[in-house]
Amino acid sequence: MNANVESHAIDLAGSSVRELNSALHALKEGSNASLWRIANPRGLHAIAAGVDAPVTVEIDGPVGYYCGGMNKQATIIVRGSAGVGVGENMMSGLIHVEGDASQAAGATAHGGTLVIEGNAAARCGISMKGVDIVVKGSVGHMSAFMAQSGSMVVFGDAGEALGDSIYEARLYVRGSVASLGADCIEKEMRDEHRQELFERFKSAGVNGQIDPSEFKRYGSGRTLYHFHVDNASAY
Amino acid sequence: MNEHFKAPPIPATLPRESATFDAYTMSEIRRAAATGIYDIRGAGAKRKVPHFDDLLFLGASISRYPLEGYREKCGTDVVLGTRFAKKPIELKTPVTIAGMSFGSLSGPAKEALGRGASAMGTSTTTGDGGMTQEERGHSKTLVYQYLPSRYGMNPDDIRKADAIEVVVGQGAKPGGGGMLLGQKISKRVAQMRNLPEGIDQRSACRHPDWTGPDDLEIKIEELREITDWEKPIYVKVGAARPYYDTALAVKAGADVVVVDGMQGGTAATQEVFIEHVGIPTLAAIRNAVRALQDLGMHRKVQLIVSGGIRNGADVAKALALGADAVAIGTAALIALGDNDPALDEEYRALGSRAGAYDDWHEGRDPAGITTQDPELMKRLDPVKAGRRLANFLAVMTLEAQTIARACGKSHVHNLEPEDLVALTIEAAAMAQVPIAGTDWVPGLTGRF
Repeated sequence: MNANVESHAIDLAGSSVRELNSALHALKEGSNASLWRIANPRGLHAIAAGVDAPVTVEIDGPVGYYCGGMNKQATIIVRGSAGVGVGENMMSGLIHVEGDASQAAGATAHGGTLVIEGNAAARCGISMKGVDIVVKGSVGHMSAFMAQSGSMVVFGDAGEALGDSIYEARLYVRGSVASLGADCIEKEMRDEHRQELFERFKSAGVNGQIDPSEFKRYGSGRTLYHFHVDNASAY
Repeated sequence: MNEHFKAPPIPATLPRESATFDAYTMSEIRRAAATGIYDIRGAGAKRKVPHFDDLLFLGASISRYPLEGYREKCGTDVVLGTRFAKKPIELKTPVTIAGMSFGSLSGPAKEALGRGASAMGTSTTTGDGGMTQEERGHSKTLVYQYLPSRYGMNPDDIRKADAIEVVVGQGAKPGGGGMLLGQKISKRVAQMRNLPEGIDQRSACRHPDWTGPDDLEIKIEELREITDWEKPIYVKVGAARPYYDTALAVKAGADVVVVDGMQGGTAATQEVFIEHVGIPTLAAIRNAVRALQDLGMHRKVQLIVSGGIRNGADVAKALALGADAVAIGTAALIALGDNDPALDEEYRALGSRAGAYDDWHEGRDPAGITTQDPELMKRLDPVKAGRRLANFLAVMTLEAQTIARACGKSHVHNLEPEDLVALTIEAAAMAQVPIAGTDWVPGLTGRF
């Protein structure tokens, strides 16, 4: 494959995910191959996993599990829905899902931005470690479970047990929250948080269209940070 | 009645302690009553369970020829990851170092493990805290653990690793997650784990983005894609249902299955968990091997066994039962200097004693091993400690070779169950070898 042209088209009806990822992993800094168009993803797994280059990967259709897993630098656009663990453990870059996302979207992700136009299922942002997640629809139960750092912005509603056992991640929800998980509490929305929301709106392409004051902020009550007999029911 | 008659004294019974309510049990009741919370400690199961000591080798006789020690070759090398990985791991000894985290162990301890293992041509394994320079820099062959917490997990380190171990569970606590108390969450540990400094950290017991064997297969595929199918992928389980867990790991695409028995150590978990969940190492091996054999994958997918491996005899017995390699954790820490009698006074000051110290989670280890205290960790010289570990690994390897030669084997992997007999009914049933002097193998008639 010639890596010195501007854009590539790969049809996964004929090429394998292995061939695609192998080509993406071979990209070096300064490569001109900046745009990759992927046709016929058909829910295949691990598409564009482990990319470490400032390229744009446009996937024309639905993807399976772990699309963009461990992504660094790349912009990955999914023109469809995403299966389990989209952007899991991503380090940087942008993953934009134009449809809905299944469970564990952005799980353990350390950095970058994950934008989901539709809804995200259960455990969105589970164990997140620095990623910024924006979900324009709603998120399912146990979202932001043990979330360590980073932010999650939800335009719609959140399911049961939001932020269970949360550490220092910041959660913003515009709609209703079915219930808060252990040690997750509503917190005061200060200027710095409104500023953060502005930034997130910008990265999600809805700058100026949404009023930050419609959101409530949730985070850690920090009561489970030290083992104590009075918290035994939460262990 | 005769006034001179004196009734004989009534024989007094001796004070009798209850076998059920023994001194340890009573002390635990008192501790629980005083604190209202369970006891947390390090190490593995301390209760006596059927183990390798209950097995014996038969050695050669008229029907089997022994090999000459010192002259006739007896191989100890092992290759791990031959099923799918483009770059399998080649080790000179079948004794590897089990996963132990930076965080639970000090930087110098991780460095010492790397030095000792590399000197003997074997591998070390990271733990629930990411990869440190101390360990990568000093380990020629490093296995990178992929754990539910994913602390410090990143694609650069995963590519620096020589193999990846997907940790489903460990023998000390099958079904449990990690735990690291605040005393050990130093600034560096906190940074590596993206956690606030000084908090009591609990890691999840389930992976965040997969559940069950079908998902695991897809997860392994993703890890292979990220690493371009180069690195062997291990799947580690705590010994609980070894037949099914091994079969499912093979089905999910593992190159290597690691089965860790209940004697395997942990940095910290509940005492009740350590002593009451999981099965002994001896009870797990044959079932794991049977799963591999039933699938036609024995020796194609390698089996590593851990949990209470202490010497070359244990190594030889594990291999004879069908394992390809073993892993040591607690024994390696003892070789580094853990629980050294020279430190008895200091262990007593902590309410324990040399040989019994297991409060590894408290971070006050006078040996400088299970601590993040800068002053305490200075006590461990990684070069000297690494040398001790290398010596210990050399002895284990020589011992296993000695036994293999005595059984007439030109490679330790040629040891077989037929070389073994058992001393107890329990061990015979678990190892599925006859009781010494009989041809009786208890339990062979029924499936379990």
